[in-house]
Amino acid sequence: MLGKIKKETAERWGYMGFKSLFSSGIYFNVFAFLGLVTIAGLAVGLHGTYTGYHNVYGVTRQIPWGVLISGYIFCVVTSTGLCLVSSIGHVFGYEPYMPIAKRAVFLSIAFMLGGFIIIFFDIENPHRMAIYNLLSPNFTSNMWWMGTLYGLYLLALIVEYFFLLDQNHSMSRLAGLFGVLFGVAAHSNLGAVFGMLHGREFWYGPYMPIYFIVSAMMSGGAAIIFFSCLAWKIDRTVLTRRMERAIMAVCQLTILLIAIILFFTFWKIISGIVSPEKYIAIQAFLTGPYAPNFWIAELGFGLVIPFILLIRSKGINTNLMFIATGFMLVGIFFMRYDLVLAGQIVPVFHALHVEEYSSLLLYTPSLHEISVVTAGILIAIVLYLGGEKVLNAHKFQKHAIVPPGAFICQGCGGIHYMKEGESQDDALKRHHRMRKVDREDEHA
Amino acid sequence: MKLTNIDLEKLIPENLTSVTKMERRAFLKIGLVITGVFAGGRILSVTSNVSEAFASGKDFVEQYPYKPHYSMVIRQGLCIDCERCLKACKETNSVPDYGYRTRILTKIVTDAVGRKREFIPILCNHCNDAPCTRACPTRATYKNKENGIVMMQSKKCIGCKMCILACPYEARYFNAERHAIDKCNFCWDTRLSKGEKLTACSYVCPTGARIFGDMSDPDNVAYKMVHQVEKQVWVLRPESGTKPNVFYMKATRSSPWDLRKQDGAR
Repeated sequence: MLGKIKKETAERWGYMGFKSLFSSGIYFNVFAFLGLVTIAGLAVGLHGTYTGYHNVYGVTRQIPWGVLISGYIFCVVTSTGLCLVSSIGHVFGYEPYMPIAKRAVFLSIAFMLGGFIIIFFDIENPHRMAIYNLLSPNFTSNMWWMGTLYGLYLLALIVEYFFLLDQNHSMSRLAGLFGVLFGVAAHSNLGAVFGMLHGREFWYGPYMPIYFIVSAMMSGGAAIIFFSCLAWKIDRTVLTRRMERAIMAVCQLTILLIAIILFFTFWKIISGIVSPEKYIAIQAFLTGPYAPNFWIAELGFGLVIPFILLIRSKGINTNLMFIATGFMLVGIFFMRYDLVLAGQIVPVFHALHVEEYSSLLLYTPSLHEISVVTAGILIAIVLYLGGEKVLNAHKFQKHAIVPPGAFICQGCGGIHYMKEGESQDDALKRHHRMRKVDREDEHA
Repeated sequence: MKLTNIDLEKLIPENLTSVTKMERRAFLKIGLVITGVFAGGRILSVTSNVSEAFASGKDFVEQYPYKPHYSMVIRQGLCIDCERCLKACKETNSVPDYGYRTRILTKIVTDAVGRKREFIPILCNHCNDAPCTRACPTRATYKNKENGIVMMQSKKCIGCKMCILACPYEARYFNAERHAIDKCNFCWDTRLSKGEKLTACSYVCPTGARIFGDMSDPDNVAYKMVHQVEKQVWVLRPESGTKPNVFYMKATRSSPWDLRKQDGAR
């Protein structure tokens, strides 16, 4: 790739070489197939760029943001959530979350790249963005802040990932802290892009930035569990005792966040019903043309069914967690789609009671838009599949994470310290407060 | 009984001729507050908080010191949907068929007494507190500091369509020929900067439904229109907080003769 990597560096990084992709025939076939579908999607997108977006996209003057923007939001929200959830471990020091760090940050970068590719095909003049975002910034524009901060966020993530690979945990913690700060700032600005539009009553208010951050953490938790369970299906040695403990901890957090998002959604609907401006949009989602989107995809698959399944899995049943978080990721995509559309389907002049604006506006994604969104999401998945093989499933090397005088407990997966002259068994029993009587029985 | 000698010829009549211009303006300022005339972006009613609102035209001018302060007054009842304004706008400003800079909306009230249909022209309101200029990431759209027109600098537009989303009046659209967002600019580059006094749409309007003028000049017809104490003036979507510069009125037959049709219009 970039010349030959030295043997010590390769071992430290867990770099297995690109030939590891070919180790399993089925794996390479899946990888190559998805890669080809991605390239096909990008080709369709480029065709759209060539013919002009107004000819091939389903967006209109009245609904300027469609499935491309919701695809971008989905990728970027998942990326920020992955960064935030993994930062609980290796940035803020909560030990159970530490094993997920490498995979989570890698996926965060992958989804960010996918999101950028999707938005590249939505913005009409992306080449001007690079120039005028720098030369002519507008500090009152949420979109400017979001774009700039996400650029810095991606930079911080890449630096953090490099240090994680290099097993330099103090530097990765610092880079991770910047990633979290830029990520939270950028993400709440993304929420404010919607929330600070006084003319769009459905979105206006402080709710959007808050909802986006909490929803991001939920998506991140779901993504970590989904992709870790998928990694376990690929390579059974991924789920060590430490990893199982980490997945259980993330599962608990995800269940809590689903409950919070259910609470948010409930009150958004109830409080909206009494507002004449929001009422029409909310009715469109409860009983109108978007009702299947809302009840089945967003609530059913996105929140309620995963909530039940994750609780039933107890954080241990990998297959159940895999299905639940798979449903969640699909449901969350529809949550973004519904959110982006909800603020646009009610015509701005509906209160004038004119003939032209007497009904809800309609939007259908076109083939080009769906292709680009598919390509963007698949890029993240292709990178993920590549990383699982090439980077040795993001496993941490034992000697890098276990300090001298400590060991990884076979019981709970945590790192315990041994006292002077103590054996690992004794230290385990001491940590888990097994009674002295039982300890003596063990010796006997 | 002694009759007081009242010489009627010598008495000063208490009509408009005896009131000085300044006094008249002071009276009208109160009128601005009380009768619901729109000033500086708020509908004011008798119960409104007077200290919050623009109590005087002078305050309005101080906050928005554009010279000329271009505005449009649309008299809804006079519009007959002849669409000459749409045609003139398209031809003057090269507006493509898939887009529009101005539009006529149709309102049908089936249980109205008498006339059942009304036509409402809409266009960019050139808001004093424009959400589009706040939201544009590259300042491609901006409010001109001299005349208050919200203009486009096409070369900076990245086509993110944030401004289309931000605009509460659906005034903007993406113009594929210019590769940028396009919207009404009061015919600045095609007419006003070349010495014309009126926009294309107000020039061709046969009924005087569109009155284009300068709010900073008290002798201008647009200023006079919105400062009539008996007439109700409103703006579209005041709750969005944009402080628009396009005012709407109902037309009545009691308009003063010099306000029936705009000077210079066809």
